[in-house]
Amino acid sequence: MALLEVRDLKTHFRTDDGIVKAVDGVSFSIEKGQTLGIVGESGSGKSVTCLTIMGLNPKRNTISSGEAIFKGENLLAMSSSRLRDIRGNDIAMIFQDPMTSLNPVHRIGAQLVEAIQLHRDVTKRQARARALELLNAVGIPRAERRIDDYPHQFSGGMRQRVMIAMALVNDPDLLIADEPTTALDVTTQAQILTLMTDLQKDFGSAIIIITHDLGVIAEVADDVVVMYAAKVAEHAPVDNLFKRPHHPYTWGLLGSLPRLDADVERLVQIRGQPPSLLNPPRGCRFHPRCPYVMGICKTVEPELLPAGDEADHVQACHLDVATKDREAAKVLAGTMAEAS
Amino acid sequence: MAEATVPVAAATNGGVRGDELLVVEDLKKYFPVTRGIIFQKQVAAVKAVDGVSFAVRQGETLGVVGESGCGKSTMARCVMRLLDVTGGRIVFDGRDITRLSRAEMRPYRREMMMIFQDPYASLNPRKRVGFIVAEALEVHKMGTEAEIKKRVQELLEVVGLNPEHYNRFPHEFSGGQRQRIGVARALAVNPKLIVCDEPVSALDVSVQAQILNLLKDLQSSFGLTYVFIAHDLNVVRHISDRVMVMYLGHAVEIASRTDLYAEPKHPYTGALLSAVPIPDPEVGRERRRIVLEGDVPSPINPPSACWFHPRCPRFREGHCDVETPPLKSFGDGHVAACHYPLERWPMTEDEIRHATGGRVS
Repeated sequence: MALLEVRDLKTHFRTDDGIVKAVDGVSFSIEKGQTLGIVGESGSGKSVTCLTIMGLNPKRNTISSGEAIFKGENLLAMSSSRLRDIRGNDIAMIFQDPMTSLNPVHRIGAQLVEAIQLHRDVTKRQARARALELLNAVGIPRAERRIDDYPHQFSGGMRQRVMIAMALVNDPDLLIADEPTTALDVTTQAQILTLMTDLQKDFGSAIIIITHDLGVIAEVADDVVVMYAAKVAEHAPVDNLFKRPHHPYTWGLLGSLPRLDADVERLVQIRGQPPSLLNPPRGCRFHPRCPYVMGICKTVEPELLPAGDEADHVQACHLDVATKDREAAKVLAGTMAEAS
Repeated sequence: MAEATVPVAAATNGGVRGDELLVVEDLKKYFPVTRGIIFQKQVAAVKAVDGVSFAVRQGETLGVVGESGCGKSTMARCVMRLLDVTGGRIVFDGRDITRLSRAEMRPYRREMMMIFQDPYASLNPRKRVGFIVAEALEVHKMGTEAEIKKRVQELLEVVGLNPEHYNRFPHEFSGGQRQRIGVARALAVNPKLIVCDEPVSALDVSVQAQILNLLKDLQSSFGLTYVFIAHDLNVVRHISDRVMVMYLGHAVEIASRTDLYAEPKHPYTGALLSAVPIPDPEVGRERRRIVLEGDVPSPINPPSACWFHPRCPRFREGHCDVETPPLKSFGDGHVAACHYPLERWPMTEDEIRHATGGRVS
């Protein structure tokens, strides 16, 4: 059985302008020890998906439906006290900005000890020893001296290491990392990604990593979900996604990346803007921006189905497989058709 | 391998002189660190930019890369004369502008414009787009009211916005569209040089591609010269003709785009290149990475001699921490400041540790 299985997850927000369907029918599952990457642009619903799983959306104006089965229990139908037990214990989260997610007026040691004592019946001394052990595990130099420093005394990369240490305090089975390296420089990003994959080997956790960077996805993920306008556009094992992408939106993302290992004169640009989720387009949500749009795309919403013979590679697009393979090959060669 | 030390200005442009639009020589910008409330005593200095020299030729794009805090934005602000420099020379279009007064600077202001990183913070939310784009035209008295309005509408069209949106406010536009407004504003007075300070860092990849294509198109139609600052090496590679790598206020390597990415000489450049995630799982898995230890040191108290030595995999005690490496030429305008430059690329971590280059003086 999968560690976490998300089925038909929907999160809608009531706003003054109407209902924003921030997540609209997302399904995926993740096994123990696996890394799932969720990629998409701002506003595609990738962060809201994870906040919903964690039960962190504001109650006041959120309508959620669907299921998120974690070790046999539905996280969405759980009492808040049970959910609080699971959060930080079985599931932990790392946020994008390490400066705003650490409390600036408490020493990092105290913050770690608090997180440990919340979930475990240990003395302060034992908790502190555990905190020190974790700071060493995430590679903070001279941890025994730095444990009593405040967050502002750490650099961005070091703070993100502290956040990872905090996420790991209770050996979580699932770690959700929301853009963990976006605020960091490339060299620091490389350190943090290496650290995360090493820790995954040691601790055996499953990781959901949310990012907009396809390069990061290619390095760490086993499985990739591409989200567009609150829905899953494509879901595939990482090698398949980069070798045989099936969805025109994925092509657009791949083509719009400037790359170190290839020369292109002009980048592919996806025309227009992502749609408003107050009033998404009818039919396929990508059709107003898609260079391959057909009549059917404007009226019938494509289902998430395998395009070729691989059952684990699903996508939501009406194009036939032959066209997809032909066009995908062009994208990978750097010559995608562009809508004008 | 040519290892002779060459005069810096000549080194940065391959010895060719004459067609440079911008020449920067030994630029220094120190920010004082003071103590005391009434009697402020300078106790130290942040050496944000410490002796950077480069030249930008007419019509080319110079990319500037480096980690946060390496001084690339300060360098740009000094070049634009938004900050007063501590030392060095800035020559724009054949004239030394380093010490010009505000009034003397004014005619040059319309020749050099800037595009900023954050399209949300760099546009005044209370002003209409028409006003924002027209402001520079009005300041420099470039035309009558009707002419200016016509020019603004042309500009909006050039950058791919609807000219009828002249009367809208910035909040009515998306991030990518706002960045287009920033581009239109920079283009308004027909500048020769545009300094772009991380213009696409805040944008999504698909929008980033739109803006990068736009900047390239504008360059070929108006013959613009860019200084393009970014921390994303992929983006810099895509847009630049030549690239300067900065570390801790210094230029550690300058080369043409192809040379820099195919044959980096400075170990720091190598480490940066090897840290960039490649969007191809197969290539990514096979690639070996140089992981740098630690963080960028404080520019208040920088390391002795070579600034990179505490993190460098090729560090040789008694040489790198004693003698500051000069910018050495590797031919074709490729310069790097390292005693033990990389022999080839790519290299494994082991090969990098065992430099074959001997001691050079």
